[in-house]
Amino acid sequence: MSEQKTVHFIIERQDSPDSKPYTEEFLVPYRPALNVVAALMEIQKKPVTKDGKKTTPVVWECNCLEKVCGACMMVINGKARQACATLVDQIPQPIRLAPARTFPVIRDLQIDRSVMFESLKRIQGWVEIDGSWEVNTAPIQNPYTAATAYEISHCMTCGCCLEACPNVGPQSDFIGPAPTVQAYLFNLNPLGKFDKEKRLNALMEKGGITSCGNSQNCVEVCPKDIKLTTYLAQLNRDVNKQALKNIFNK
Amino acid sequence: MSKKNIIVVGGGLSGLMAAIKICEAGGELKLFSYCPVKRSHSLCAQGGINACMNTKGQNDTTWEHFDDTVYGGDFLADQTAVKGMCETAPKLIKMFDRMGVPFTRTAEGVLDLRNFGGQKNKRTVFAGSTTGQQLLYALDEQVRKWEVKGKVKKYEFWEFIKIIKNDKNVCRGIVAQNMNSMEIEAFSADAVILATGGPGVIFGRCTASTICNGSAVSAVYQQGAEIGNSEFIQIHPTAIPGSDKNRLMSEACRGEGGRVWTYKDGKPWYFLETMYPAYGNLVPRDIAARAIYDVCVNQGLGINGENRVYLDLSHIPAEYLERKLGGILEMYSEFVGDDPRKVPMQIYPSVHYSMGGIWVDTKHNTNIPALLASGECDYQYHGANRLGANSLLSAAYSGTISGPEAIRWSESDEIGDELTDVQLAAAKQACVDDFESIISMNGIENAHELHHELGDLMNKYCTIVRVNKELDYCMDELKKILARWNDIGVSDKGHWANQEAMFVRQLRNMILYAMVICKAARMRDESRGAHYKPEFPDRNDEKFLKTTIASYNTETHEPEISYRDFDHSLIKPRPRRYDVAKGGK
Repeated sequence: MSEQKTVHFIIERQDSPDSKPYTEEFLVPYRPALNVVAALMEIQKKPVTKDGKKTTPVVWECNCLEKVCGACMMVINGKARQACATLVDQIPQPIRLAPARTFPVIRDLQIDRSVMFESLKRIQGWVEIDGSWEVNTAPIQNPYTAATAYEISHCMTCGCCLEACPNVGPQSDFIGPAPTVQAYLFNLNPLGKFDKEKRLNALMEKGGITSCGNSQNCVEVCPKDIKLTTYLAQLNRDVNKQALKNIFNK
Repeated sequence: MSKKNIIVVGGGLSGLMAAIKICEAGGELKLFSYCPVKRSHSLCAQGGINACMNTKGQNDTTWEHFDDTVYGGDFLADQTAVKGMCETAPKLIKMFDRMGVPFTRTAEGVLDLRNFGGQKNKRTVFAGSTTGQQLLYALDEQVRKWEVKGKVKKYEFWEFIKIIKNDKNVCRGIVAQNMNSMEIEAFSADAVILATGGPGVIFGRCTASTICNGSAVSAVYQQGAEIGNSEFIQIHPTAIPGSDKNRLMSEACRGEGGRVWTYKDGKPWYFLETMYPAYGNLVPRDIAARAIYDVCVNQGLGINGENRVYLDLSHIPAEYLERKLGGILEMYSEFVGDDPRKVPMQIYPSVHYSMGGIWVDTKHNTNIPALLASGECDYQYHGANRLGANSLLSAAYSGTISGPEAIRWSESDEIGDELTDVQLAAAKQACVDDFESIISMNGIENAHELHHELGDLMNKYCTIVRVNKELDYCMDELKKILARWNDIGVSDKGHWANQEAMFVRQLRNMILYAMVICKAARMRDESRGAHYKPEFPDRNDEKFLKTTIASYNTETHEPEISYRDFDHSLIKPRPRRYDVAKGGK
């Protein structure tokens, strides 16, 4: 009788925001195309550690399992990524899972990313329209500009880029690459650009774009391949221009 | 003067659209969601949103969109409601365009349109292959603006448990639970909108997100809300089978020229093109799903004898594919490992969408006063089968109706008295007691294993082909699963982010909803749209041109099924065929 092939997980757990982290190890039955979320689901069905100790199911966040909702971001073998799109065949074992500690931990692998949504308020991440009723027909757009907007608009607020950025953390107020680059998205829009100055001024404040150290880590980890550093550089130029303009208009 | 205090449960496309309308009308709202609303399931919609933009020189009309939708739904949809939706669609697209949705554009800079199933004209507006994501983000952004203005208070990571009615039986509040602190609270409101999405997770593996469990719908059903047409479950013909979930491969693949085939006598057989020459690969979903099932299961012609067929894009130039379908091709490569630009994809049908849901009138009122429902959780617009790219439309459109209607309730005398502190406290205490008894469950069943069994059962008996004898068996098994629910053991006894205990509560709701689907399927002895019974292969308008209504029997815990007339006054039912052109006008 051949032994069933298993996948070895070492999971960093934490019972509550203030309690001490600890690790537990699990063996999950292998199957082709197994991804990390599916493996965590197996642990839910049988919450028993590698040593046969009964435990509680691991807590994590997930929704779509298609790499579009951004919920299941965690640190897998040291790298921030979406758990659903991480196939166990593609990474070495044992597989180490940890919460993205750039954010406060709620429990186990679940983290609190509300700061990212707050930052979207700060950069005024919306197009100011008069109302949802009929007003005007929207302006025609250059299809190439629209394609750039489409690329940036894939950002799912997962937080990989914040986790990877050396300037996001307790030592700095930097709001991080994702929310910053969203300002560029709305500045591209033919109606959104009416508020371009507001957004650029918001990025001049503490925690804005001057806190970006250009380490280029963000672009490496973005699961949506958004050219974050390109847009950060362009925004930086726009902010500098705006700063000069502000001086001369004083 | 009343504050117009509304509760919206669910932050997908419909809930957010309703939220915007409520704010614009001067209302204030509390928005409850399992997750940050930006992560709601609407974002999984890929292919597009239907609207008669008529920019392709095809003389498309809103009437044609209306007729396609009614015909595609096998004449079971309320026609006045559908007509309103199709007429409003182009205006909604203009609104989304103004909000900054990065729609795919033509060389001239206007919104591009693509083909979709069951429609002869190009009518589907799209943003690459992530249209739902882009539409959801636009509404999320607009709601964030209202949040900054103090009109929206979000309760994200809160689970809806049940509604609270006042002495006049009017819905005047809800009980919900904070998913981290586990604290349970009662909230009062003038009216409540449920926009909680579909029940796909009842089937275990499906194309839905893990949050689409139908639990909220089941909860209000147990409190007296009627469910309509629950037997009509859409099986999407082209999904990537997976052990954790089936991942959707958009109908846009076929809309952009993708062909479905398998080998027969050693040669590629494009069976949809052979069987349905008039529509070919662009037949509606129920038709395509049944054809694939027939080819694989009855004829044994699946790839290598397995339940798979090819969905082939490899004949289309890579640059074109990248522009029109980029996101999903990348998803296929990532989860399967093959490049669909070079080799045909392998797909099989999967549970995808529920045409049925909470019964509502054309203003999205349920049968419980001041409780409204909109989006996939309601039963409106799609009849017996939904056309692709009509779901984003119905989600957004229904929010534009339910939001203002909730405001109307808030200004009406009919809602009676606000909930008293005593009523709020009693409702809360009942939920606290239920939750504590779940936490203390010490039986032998694992809730996730039991859910797995539920999914297998529903997938086997309540999907593409339905047989009465098997449905009877399925119902018996569901009763056993319900009984076994009482014997669940909860391993996590804690009161902090206890996902296991919350899942146990959801699971019971899922089982009761599964019974509604199964029983309604058992009772409808005909074949119509997604509901197919070989024993009754024809549509029977004389007996079943009616809405199925399910009500909860509090004693037996089972649904009672009845039938209700609906409005089909505008287009006379005619035979639905896709091998020849549709006819009618």
